[in-house]
Formats: sequence, C-alpha cells, structure tokens
Amino acid sequence: MRGDIAPLSERPEPGGPILSEPGGRTSPAPLTGATPAGTPPPADRDAVRASRRRVATEAAGTAVAAAAFGVVYGLAARGAGFSPVEASAMSVIVFAGASQFAAVGFVAQGLPWPAIVLLTFLINARHVLYAAALAPWLHRRRRLDRAAMAHVLTDESFALSLGHFKRIGHSDATGYWLGAAAIFIPWQTATLIGYFGGEAIPSPRALGLDVVFAATMACLAVAVVTGRRELVAAIAGAAIAVAVALATSTAVGIVVGGIVGPLMALLVPHRPTDPPDAAPPSPGGHDEAIGVAP
Amino acid sequence: MSLDLVVLAILMGAVTYPSRAIPLLVPGIDRLPGPILAYLRLVGPAVLAALVAANVLVVTKPGGGPGLHVGIESVGVLVAIGIVVWRRNLLLGIAAAAFIVAVTRAVGLA
Repeated sequence: MRGDIAPLSERPEPGGPILSEPGGRTSPAPLTGATPAGTPPPADRDAVRASRRRVATEAAGTAVAAAAFGVVYGLAARGAGFSPVEASAMSVIVFAGASQFAAVGFVAQGLPWPAIVLLTFLINARHVLYAAALAPWLHRRRRLDRAAMAHVLTDESFALSLGHFKRIGHSDATGYWLGAAAIFIPWQTATLIGYFGGEAIPSPRALGLDVVFAATMACLAVAVVTGRRELVAAIAGAAIAVAVALATSTAVGIVVGGIVGPLMALLVPHRPTDPPDAAPPSPGGHDEAIGVAP
Repeated sequence: MSLDLVVLAILMGAVTYPSRAIPLLVPGIDRLPGPILAYLRLVGPAVLAALVAANVLVVTKPGGGPGLHVGIESVGVLVAIGIVVWRRNLLLGIAAAAFIVAVTRAVGLA
C-alpha cells in the first residue's frame, strides 16, 4: 500500500472526475446526487473506499507514535506506583496521552486529586475545538453514535477524519472509526506492554520516535490546508500558540492558537477565485444516505 | 492490587469527555450562521498547526517554566512537511523525520 497523504484540492482523486465544492473540498461529480433508490453512486463508493485506504495508510504513522508513547506511559505509570488495572483504566477512560503523562507525574509528586483533575481539564480543553470543527460534518448522525465518537476524539483521529471528510465531501463513520481504532488499540496494547516489559524496549527518543507525533500531525495538517485562509489560519495558529505557550503553558497556547488563528484568517480578503468557505458539508452526501455506514 | 487510581481516572474522564462531546451533541450546529461555519472550518488547520508548533518549539526548562527550543525536531518536522508536499507520501515523510532526528542525536549533534 502506498503511503499517499491526503490530496490538496487540485489533485485528481480516483473514482471519477472531481468537482470543487464549497469550502475547498473536492468530491466525485455524482456526490450530491444520491440515486433515487438510495443506491450509492458507484463513483462515490470508489472515492470513499480510496479515501478510507488513505486513512488506513496515514493511520499507520499515528499508530506507530501511539504505540511508542503508550509503552513509555505504561512504564512511567508502573514507576509511579500504578497497578496494571489503574494504568489501563486511565488509558481506556481518559484516552488522552498528554494528560495521562501529566497525571502520572502529578501522582508521583503527591499532587492532590482536585488539582490533577483541574489540570486534566485544561490540558484537554483543545478537544472542544476538534469537536466543534467536526460537528457540522457529523450533525446528521444519531446522537448515540456521536456520543460514542466523542470518546475516541483525539488529536490524531481529528486530523485523520477531517482530512477524510474533506476528501469525500461528507462524513463517513467507517473512516472515522478506522482512524480512531488506529490510535485506541495501539495505545491500550502498548500501555500494558510498557507496564510489564517497557524496560526491555529502547527509548523512543533514541530512535527519533519522539518526533513522530509532531511530524504526523504536521503532515495531516498539510492535508486540511486547502486554500489561502486555511494557510493563514495554520500559520497564525502556530505563531500565536508558541507565543502564548512561552508566556503561560503549552496547553493554553494550543487552545488560544486554535481559537485566534481562524479569526486572523477571516481577516484575509476574499478573492473571487477563492472557494466560498462558509457553506456546510454536502448534505446530500451523508454516509447514511449513500449506504456506506457500518 | 490497588484500584484507588481508577477513581482518579474516572474523574479525569469526567472532565475530558464533555470537551469532546458537547460540541458534537449540542443541537442546531447545522443551523449556525455562515460566518460561524466559516470560522469552524478554519479551526482544524489552526489547532493542528498550533499543536505541532507548541510541541516542537516549546520545551520545559530545567527550572520548570516553558522555553523556546529550535532544534533538530523542527528540522525533522519541516523535512516531513516538505516530503508530503513534494511526494504526497506521509509515511516517507514521517520516516525521514525520525531518521534525521535519530541520526543527529546518535552522532552527538543534538
């Protein structure tokens, strides 16, 4: 399987001719035309499958990073006095690496639980932005589905699914769960491997694996930059995040960068050649309508 | 076997889940005004870039506070981005980033 990243808007997509959609998305021509009988248009099915394969390929990189740091987390949790059930419970229930690492350190230092819980909330506050950005794509799914999807919404699953949805022009639950599973399963497995055998595994830092997370997220960010405003949002978000992080903390910097960056991008004058970026995702192409949901 | 910290995990989950779920579950997200939808569309690139930049460029100094760090990790990420833009190949980009960082550290340059 080739390791192709999500296409930029001008890149041809397998599965048929491409039409530009509002917001810079691309999709096969028949996307919005679900057939009267509800049969998925063949070209759309092909495009969805091709995009899912791309999600699987991209997820391989994120899975490597999740596994590497899951091992380190498991090892650190044991060092901090966690039992294996406690270490795994945190991975399953919280499922947020940065806050789990922080919690291990806080527990080891004897920080009171209320402080740990408050810091967890601050570290994970960026998920609000991920959920808000995905909400317009997922609003037609059943509430229970969205509630389940929320639990596995991480940095990686957000980046994978947003790129996937933009490629195909609508939401796709299978693609979402594929990306989420590529993080969830390695993280849980690696937690236990690290707990019971982490000392035998070389340091991720020595293998350069500590840069895999950042490199993966950067590459996935490239996939969702489909126009001038997205580019400005990314650059502004990064610059603001670093400036604020240096003055406060990394978690606060990420949240402020994610909030203010888009505002800066909206100041960019809209050119006639730019795609209208306010349009919602294609309503006719929802995965339930075209029959590709699990 | 101790299970005390399972309670802590539940409390941590209780403050994490709402941040993930509330925007997805709140009704009427499809009826938001156009400017807000335009804003939400730009959140993805901004927050992902913010995450990467803060992850690579901000470190915790020995004293405990945040500090600016421009090191081989930044080079690795830029190389990965360049490869993805040039070759559209994510895995190649990630592998190159890890290789550059690992080799540079192994020879003592970082």
